[in-house]
Amino acid sequence: MSPVLIGACLVLLGAAGVAFVRRRRLLCGALVLLVLAVAVTRGFGLPPDLAGLAIAAALLAVAAALSAGLKWSIVRFSGPAVAREFRTAPLTASFGILVILLYSTAALFAPWIAPHGEAEVISSSFAPPSSSLLLGADQLGRDIFSRIIYGARNSVGLALAATLLAFLLGAVSGLLAAIKGGIADQVLGRIADILMSVPALIFALLMLSIFGTGLLVIVLVIAVIYAPRVFRLTRAVAGNVVVMDYVEAARLRGEGDWYLIRREILPNAAAPLVAEFGLEFCFVFLLIAGLSFLGLGVQPPTADWGSMVRENATLISFGDMTPLIPAGAIALLTVSVNFVVDWMLLRSSGLKE
Amino acid sequence: MNAIATVIAKRLGLGLLTLFIVSILIFFAVELLPGDMAEAVLGMGATEETTAALRERMGLDQPAPMRYLDWLGGAVRGDFGVSLVSGASVGEAIGQRLLNTLFLASYAAVIAVPFAIALGVVVALLRDTLFDRLANVLTLTSISSPEFFLGYILILYLSVRTGFFPAISSLTAGMGLGELLYRTFLPALTLVLVVTAHMMRMTRAAIINLLAEPYIEMARLKGAPPWKVIVHHALPNAWAPIINVVALNLAYLITGVVLVEVVFVYPGIGQLLVDAVAKRDFPIVQACCLIFAATFILLNLAADLGAILTNPRLRHPK
Repeated sequence: MSPVLIGACLVLLGAAGVAFVRRRRLLCGALVLLVLAVAVTRGFGLPPDLAGLAIAAALLAVAAALSAGLKWSIVRFSGPAVAREFRTAPLTASFGILVILLYSTAALFAPWIAPHGEAEVISSSFAPPSSSLLLGADQLGRDIFSRIIYGARNSVGLALAATLLAFLLGAVSGLLAAIKGGIADQVLGRIADILMSVPALIFALLMLSIFGTGLLVIVLVIAVIYAPRVFRLTRAVAGNVVVMDYVEAARLRGEGDWYLIRREILPNAAAPLVAEFGLEFCFVFLLIAGLSFLGLGVQPPTADWGSMVRENATLISFGDMTPLIPAGAIALLTVSVNFVVDWMLLRSSGLKE
Repeated sequence: MNAIATVIAKRLGLGLLTLFIVSILIFFAVELLPGDMAEAVLGMGATEETTAALRERMGLDQPAPMRYLDWLGGAVRGDFGVSLVSGASVGEAIGQRLLNTLFLASYAAVIAVPFAIALGVVVALLRDTLFDRLANVLTLTSISSPEFFLGYILILYLSVRTGFFPAISSLTAGMGLGELLYRTFLPALTLVLVVTAHMMRMTRAAIINLLAEPYIEMARLKGAPPWKVIVHHALPNAWAPIINVVALNLAYLITGVVLVEVVFVYPGIGQLLVDAVAKRDFPIVQACCLIFAATFILLNLAADLGAILTNPRLRHPK
């Protein structure tokens, strides 16, 4: 048996022990059975299909344990207000936070974490993994592992910039439309309708064909495409707040628009807007990844996960799963953000369903 | 009956207006080019004469509104002008590919729609069980994955390592339906996975909303058997949200199809669009965008109409 598999089996046995203590009999039994099945098939030299399953289950168990640990330490070492929020957080939410923290670390400290440079050619093309090349080399002989670390910075940073701009545009115009009402509201609403009646990817392709592919162009185009979605939500949420008596009272006091937005509307609209920011980020991130995959987004030699999938896609036909790693990195971040957003929505709506 | 006809006519009119405005947007977006189309095609090395000649050949000496009307009139008849790169008719280049794309999308839809709705209802009925939690995590993962991730996973496991299905959908004329379905199975499956996840979540939310209504509780309290509660009381009101969910997800398929076609080298209109964008072949880009946008608007319109037809309250808007 390989050391990886033995480690996986040990982790699974540990998880089974935890499940036993927590009185999850079914889970405990299933884990023990899985380990036994792997051991038996390995012992008799049967085909190793169960091994992959065991390793996947072990990874899940490790992830669950780490998330539980993170949740525990947040509850333990933070102020009472934060601790109260986190005590009821589901495991998926703390897993999401864990992944987001990991990605931010990778993005912030990329030059110190990555063993090689972003565009540094260090070996022959498609060199297999070795001790200095953790995941092997790409089509030009650059270290794939280092490029994935740098990709966290480029891909996530770009998506974050585009989302922020879209959010700024959409939220400000939504708030203004809600406060001013009348013609401005109508006009902005119709513009949003029109922009939203073209699918996002198609609109992005049209714009990129005209303005060419540059980072600034991508950020601007994506902001214009996603701003209407933010506008709609902000307009709806703020519309409900604007009709409240306390806003009317503030108006009668003679407060200006800026005061109304800052002190009366935003505090009451913050929760759905923060959740929307997370969702919006996911859409933008996936769209940019899609564009880069099509070769129309981030341009070489910048390391970007979408482009990395495209550049190394030929490896798939040799049964090598390296191109799946950057794609998986995209999926993992999006899932994590979604988990956290789900939790926030649940918390802000105060509903169980 | 008359009221319904008026409401539908109004919606159709609105849809047509939206399409018209979008066509203006698509046409005049290209006018935003620094310089004009002729300069963009010829690049830096062009002389005054060649640019002028090309301008005349492309009709760029006409004012823009005239060219727009020409373009729109042609588009309605399926004539989108000629490609800037190959000089071939855009309509011909699109024709067969559009059929291929429609085939792929309907293949995916035929599998995904019944599957997703059935699963969505089951998950809604079993909510807060282990099965529901698992389905929640799985569908969320599937939604969050880029289409190319799912596509390459399928290629790796169902094609390269096991050889069950071909990884590249090469279509030739005169293939039988069975062969066609077999060759396009992996791209269709990728789309099915993404769309099913979306549709399941939306169906689940719609059904759970419905089951929380007081009249459902009333039906339960008066002792109606569970199947009767579902079929007689819940289902008539569930049609509207379900039709909505289906139409919205079919609209979602449109974007998904572009990436999936590129992953599987499928000869469809999405791949044509991506190639044209890379080569800056504007007539093709405009034509493809118009087709995608029109389908998108149509499906959203269908969602609205379905909601109106199945919900008596919407037939008489205030």
